[in-house]
Amino acid sequence: MMTRLTTIERQGAMLLSGLIAFAGLALAVIGRGDAMGVHGWITLILAGTLFFIAGNAAYAPEPTEDRTKSYYDDPTKIGLLLALFWAVIGMGMGVWVAAQLAWPDLRFDAAWSSFGRLRPVHTSGVIFGFGGNALIATSFHIMQRTCRARLAGHLSPWFVLLGFNLFCIIAASGYLMGVTQSKEYAEPEWYADIWLVIVWIVYFILYIRTLARRNEPHIYVANWYYLAFILVVAILHIVNNLAVPASFGAAKSYSAFSGVQDAMTQWWYGHNAVAFFLTSGFLGMLYYFLPKRAERPIYSYRLSILSFWGIVFFYIWAGSHHLHYTALPMWVQTLGMTFSVMLLVPSWASAGNALMTLNGAWQKVRDDATLRFMMVAAVFYGLSTFEGSFMAVRAVNSLSHYTDWTVGHVHAGAMGWVALISFGSIYAVVPVIWRKESMYSWKLVEWHFWLALGGTVIYVFAMWNSGITQGLMWRTYTESGTLAYSFTDTLVAMHPYYVARAIGGSMFLAGAVIGAFNVVMTIRNVSHAAPQRDYPTESEANEPAVPAAE
Amino acid sequence: MSVRERDPLTGHETTGHEWNGITELNTRVPRAIWWAVGITHIWALVYWVLMPAWPLVTTYTKGLLDYDDQERVERDVTEANAERATWAQALSTRAADEIRNDAALMEHVRRTAPSLFGDNCAACHGSDAAGGPGFPNLVDDAWLWGGDAETIMETLRVGINSPHPETRFAQMLAFGETGILSRPQIRTVVDYVQSLSGLETRATPARLSEGEAIFAENCASCHGDDATGSQEIGAPNLTDDAWIYGGGDAVMFETINEGRQGWMPAWEERLTIADRMALTLYLQDLGAEERE
Repeated sequence: MMTRLTTIERQGAMLLSGLIAFAGLALAVIGRGDAMGVHGWITLILAGTLFFIAGNAAYAPEPTEDRTKSYYDDPTKIGLLLALFWAVIGMGMGVWVAAQLAWPDLRFDAAWSSFGRLRPVHTSGVIFGFGGNALIATSFHIMQRTCRARLAGHLSPWFVLLGFNLFCIIAASGYLMGVTQSKEYAEPEWYADIWLVIVWIVYFILYIRTLARRNEPHIYVANWYYLAFILVVAILHIVNNLAVPASFGAAKSYSAFSGVQDAMTQWWYGHNAVAFFLTSGFLGMLYYFLPKRAERPIYSYRLSILSFWGIVFFYIWAGSHHLHYTALPMWVQTLGMTFSVMLLVPSWASAGNALMTLNGAWQKVRDDATLRFMMVAAVFYGLSTFEGSFMAVRAVNSLSHYTDWTVGHVHAGAMGWVALISFGSIYAVVPVIWRKESMYSWKLVEWHFWLALGGTVIYVFAMWNSGITQGLMWRTYTESGTLAYSFTDTLVAMHPYYVARAIGGSMFLAGAVIGAFNVVMTIRNVSHAAPQRDYPTESEANEPAVPAAE
Repeated sequence: MSVRERDPLTGHETTGHEWNGITELNTRVPRAIWWAVGITHIWALVYWVLMPAWPLVTTYTKGLLDYDDQERVERDVTEANAERATWAQALSTRAADEIRNDAALMEHVRRTAPSLFGDNCAACHGSDAAGGPGFPNLVDDAWLWGGDAETIMETLRVGINSPHPETRFAQMLAFGETGILSRPQIRTVVDYVQSLSGLETRATPARLSEGEAIFAENCASCHGDDATGSQEIGAPNLTDDAWIYGGGDAVMFETINEGRQGWMPAWEERLTIADRMALTLYLQDLGAEERE
């Protein structure tokens, strides 16, 4: 892959990785004796390795290919493999923490393996490691195809992808050492946060520059969503992580906000992480791969507009529904709740638009597990957005809050929607960019689909039962007006559901492992096939007009 | 450049744009969506008018219903307390025996105490109150400080070795670590103490009498000449079969060598008198059931 870069680019890669390695060394020295020092060493080793990989190719001949005649897919390929790697790690951690809740002895009495440290490895592993890599990789793929333009730059995509993964590694290893800001989904400390800002700004510039080079007069819907994802995540990340480091030599900082303002900022961030990380970008995926795979036109462009602007406008207000019945002033709760309910309409409009697109292609949904992944993802998107709006209603929230129902809701979205659309997209995109005839085994895709769907259903039903039981037990009073159940009583009642959850999670993990295997075998063992048309073209003259509708 | 086509399946026109083979239909937004938009927005508007909703510069719109969460929760708590007061008042003023003879009051105790015990006591004493290593069994007959209602109430109030100013205080010296007893002496006295409660011991009569002498000199001042302990000072009875830390060789050696100082929190601030009375009566109930 290095030899496809020009000499100048290779030198740039050496310079960049050398600088990052040097920064790692500085971090290691300044933070010696602290977790920050360990992160310095990790950065030094990883960037140093990249430096030598780039240096190794320094004297290789200049590439001869005509770059205007092809898309740049190398970063996409590595990004997809990294996504699958993180999927297995993150979901594996999820199964472990689920098992710990059912059988607490599985902690094995070590500090690093305690629930509080492993859980963020699971959440960050799946959200950022798996989801983030899938988003970055597919965004590179989709923006090139829908702009009919090659990526604007050859170093910056690598910087974005590998820099983001460095952030993920620093995050995950930090949690194991006890590094945390105690902000859910924003646990990494200040230096990791600053690094992510740099990476993200480069990502934004890369995206904008590629869009600017497009050979299409119009910007496709998928790109609206990806752009919203990149832009808003930057804003959320920067604001929520405003903090003062306790020392420049240690992984410890204090938030710029305090008390209920801190809580509100955190959940403004937290809910919009769901909106713009876990929804917006993945809707971009859905909007590209679903019509592509179904070979059907999008049901309604007007519906796309309505749902896009509805989603980006209403989501931003909804975060306060995470703080119902707390010290947060009630008027903020009212706004959070009402906007959450209004949000349901554009959310369902998106899901409906996707499902209506499948009209005329349902026989493909039946036969093709890859398309079925996407269809079920759209269904789960609809289900979990309905559930989310429902749970945002204060009366419902008074039962559901702090219970496993929340966990079930998140996983209906994360497993049923985010992971399924990602896997569907991966199965759709892998043969295209590796120029393969098909996936290695369609049977394994079927296996993956049914394991994933079965696992999700078991998981979600277990948590619905568990959460509602829990919520009802907490609020059950005796005839004397005193609590009927102690907290331990509820744990005893939860146990069978926790076992079921661990089983559902294991099935989902097994599916992901099968998926990773299938992708690796596709790359290694499936014979080469040139796709019909997968390169940038200057004009629309030599293209088929509207091929999809038969 | 843009070619509008008609999709034969739906009959709708495309927008005329195409991205790598993807096209879009220009289908009208279904009427149901507009209805849903209308309904949810009207509902939100009505809610905003009725409830606290929008920030103003120094205040916020209070809403026509004049609803306030804080007031509501305070009212609920007051009402619930008033409802409970009908019997809680009796629990906190009457004597334990009097309560025990009042079937209606005991009904309240039996409803209330299990979750109180589960949330406050079970973490150490176990959900069946049978204790565990380091934490006494509360349903046997062996009481460190006494098992009558008044004493249990006092133990709950001040705790044992707790930060409460009136705490019960008890400490067993580290006889080995402070050099009072040698290791062989500890082993000897362990054999003797085990023989007191009928535990099996291989010790010879000579060794036992040696142990008895060590006991008389070092242990009897707290545990009593007959080793039955003292509830005055929280010294356990060593002749029964109840062991807090265990009656095995190794554990007893550790107990005598390193000493013991158990700890129980004071509940005066966290639990009301009625709560503590309910727990006391509940424990006595459980103990009685256990003995039957």
